[in-house]
Amino acid sequence: MILFQRASLFLLCFLSFSLSWGQFEIPSKPSKQTAVYDYAGVLKANEKKALTEKLLRYANATSTQIVLVSIASTQGEDIQFLGANWLSKWGIGQAGKDNGILILLAQEDRRIGINTGYGVEDRLTDALSKRIIESLIIPEFKSGNYYKGLNAGTDAIFEVLTGSFTEESKPRRSKKEAFVSLVFLILLIVILISVFGRRGGKGGSSGGMRGPDLMDVIILSSLGRRSGGFGGGFGGGSSGGAFGGGFSGGFGGGFGGGGGASGGW
Amino acid sequence: MKKIYLILAAIVGVFVLIIMWYVNTNNRFVELKGNATKQWANVESSYQRRSDLIGNLVNTVKGAADFERNTLTAVVEARSKATSTTIDANQLNASQLEAFQAAQGQLTSALSRLLVTVERYPELKANQNFLELQSQLEGTENRINVERNRYNNIAGDYNIAIKKIPASMVASMAGFTELALFNAKSGAENAPEVNFEF
Repeated sequence: MILFQRASLFLLCFLSFSLSWGQFEIPSKPSKQTAVYDYAGVLKANEKKALTEKLLRYANATSTQIVLVSIASTQGEDIQFLGANWLSKWGIGQAGKDNGILILLAQEDRRIGINTGYGVEDRLTDALSKRIIESLIIPEFKSGNYYKGLNAGTDAIFEVLTGSFTEESKPRRSKKEAFVSLVFLILLIVILISVFGRRGGKGGSSGGMRGPDLMDVIILSSLGRRSGGFGGGFGGGSSGGAFGGGFSGGFGGGFGGGGGASGGW
Repeated sequence: MKKIYLILAAIVGVFVLIIMWYVNTNNRFVELKGNATKQWANVESSYQRRSDLIGNLVNTVKGAADFERNTLTAVVEARSKATSTTIDANQLNASQLEAFQAAQGQLTSALSRLLVTVERYPELKANQNFLELQSQLEGTENRINVERNRYNNIAGDYNIAIKKIPASMVASMAGFTELALFNAKSGAENAPEVNFEF
């Protein structure tokens, strides 16, 4: 009996040892693929919902998938190294375009890392990622407000990807940009009218499209990259309902090679 | 007479099966090795990225800390040595990889010495350009780690595949040899500590 107890104690010690020193096990790709995975529970329900909706809307408009993951600890692993492998294991971003971004937060380690896919690292460079972390995210985290930091950080990433991010200055849209969005808006309305005009006879099929969502998509898609941004936005809008759950089409199989930056608070 | 035909057909059948198996196994090895060499290209390009950064880094440091001549020269020399040590991706054998690793390791340690020295210069630490270079350097070290780790995984799978019986017979007949892997324990290869107090 004593022998058995000793053996089990030894086993327990061994197990806990290997657990605490083993590498961090990246969870397998979730079946429902959405934008926020708050494993550490740093966000309130409504904050999580707001961030998820924002990121999904952006993904629908631009096909760039930004995923937020919070964990308690990396268990000794480098957060950037872990993040790069995580991004590639889940395949965040579209295959071929590799336009995925993973923001990994380790609450107990007090570290956060932005990891970029191969396709975005030329725009969201390591230096810019570092700047976003140091100047926008960390100050909020220091005062304990995870949501505010993450919200500001993701907004800055949107700005970087559209090429309008400058540190400590509000983004100003140029006249030319405003004009281009206006043209897009008019075009979209024309398309919508022609689509709905034809559908008119059937009636009662408006459930899929709601006003504000569609407007957001339009605005976001006009903010997005000129090439293909508009097409993506319209596709996302007309599929409707996609905002509630996760990425339409899920993670696309994007890859990343360790770009980005990390910082602690 | 009939019996002989039957036996002949059986022999031919087995022969065809063996050839098919051989071709299949061979092609699988080609694919595995191809993936490994492809990944090797990623490893090299992340090292190249670091090498490209160094020119900028040296110039920036030079402006602020001109009298650290020796440290700077060491970095520049290590860099040119590292860039001249190249590897034929199809002949990734242990001695070649060791030479590559040694050259890159020297650069790593020269770099970390430079970054430690530089800590004595407050104006440099406040220099925006230097800070950006530093974060880029951090990102590059991470890229090197990630790509190396992936290469080790992919090449490791290939190494296992060519050693398993009976596929190992195909490997030795078709001349598939083991690919060298990165050795994490080689001391000089430790990433430079580039975390400064902000």
